[in-house]
Amino acid sequence: MSRIVVQEDRCKGCLLCTTVCPVNIIVQSDRFNVSGYKVAEVPESDAEKCTGCASCALICPDVAIKVYRTPKTKGGK
Amino acid sequence: MSEINEKLVFDKPEIIIDRATHYCPGCHHGIAHRLVGELLDEMELGGNTLMTTSIGCSVFLYNYLNVDAVEAPHGRAPAVATGVKRARPDHFVFTYQGDGDLASIGMAEIMHAANRGEKISVVFVNNTVYGMTGGQMAPTTLIGQKTTTCPNGRCETTQGSPIRMTEIIASLGGVAYAARGSLDSVKNIRTAKKHLKKAFECQTNGTGFGFVELLSGCPTNWKMTPLQANERIQNDMIPYFPLGVFKDISEDGGIC
Repeated sequence: MSRIVVQEDRCKGCLLCTTVCPVNIIVQSDRFNVSGYKVAEVPESDAEKCTGCASCALICPDVAIKVYRTPKTKGGK
Repeated sequence: MSEINEKLVFDKPEIIIDRATHYCPGCHHGIAHRLVGELLDEMELGGNTLMTTSIGCSVFLYNYLNVDAVEAPHGRAPAVATGVKRARPDHFVFTYQGDGDLASIGMAEIMHAANRGEKISVVFVNNTVYGMTGGQMAPTTLIGQKTTTCPNGRCETTQGSPIRMTEIIASLGGVAYAARGSLDSVKNIRTAKKHLKKAFECQTNGTGFGFVELLSGCPTNWKMTPLQANERIQNDMIPYFPLGVFKDISEDGGIC
């Protein structure tokens, strides 16, 4: 399962990442960070859909997203 | 099990200093900084770079990129970089300028540095407005765009047409590479990085002057959300400022 890690104190809630996600799993959360921005997040229920494409990280102006990719194993495991 | 196999495929470039930027939400300066940082890392230029920064929102670039820097007076970055490069020809020298800096007050400096074919690289961030000073009209402001100094929209008959810098620079003799990219989408960001790499290579292999214009958004001064600003780049800016390579004297020609 690939995943992203949003560094919440850097996120400015611009939501550019939400527009480029090919599986549309990034959304604005209800939490505020220390700067008062509502940060982007991937809800627990959608976490497994992440493909690790890194588009969100590529467009993030604040370099707030790290992407971890797990290579697909054959046989669906 | 899967956690053991996972690889970190995207992280902050080493040369980018780990701190929050002062830019507004959705400002594309952060993307431009990251692209420059990634290339300096990939080309292993970090310890050998002298950066000449400008006046504008990018004035604090030295707080975000961990390289030696000279802060130039408004618009004069290409002139300062000329001196820096001639004094330290073994170093990689680049300038990072906005459109108010490069296309307005610094027009003379950029034109002559390009015409002389100085072996420097220029990163030109064009967001069609003066960002730091509060959203005044810039030479690149589009016709009809409302700013604080043209509240009814830029009028062609009284204020002239927006300047297409890359086309002008490409027409000058000393230029090795001139291209325009955009930072509004993943595809365009990837292409913009290729443009920057090519421009930087023009300097490292001694070919000459490299110039890259990056169309970028300024949601605050355009009075838009970051998402609307990206749409504006796509719908209004790219038709007037076409993307692509306008000059490339290297043997293998253009990259797009």
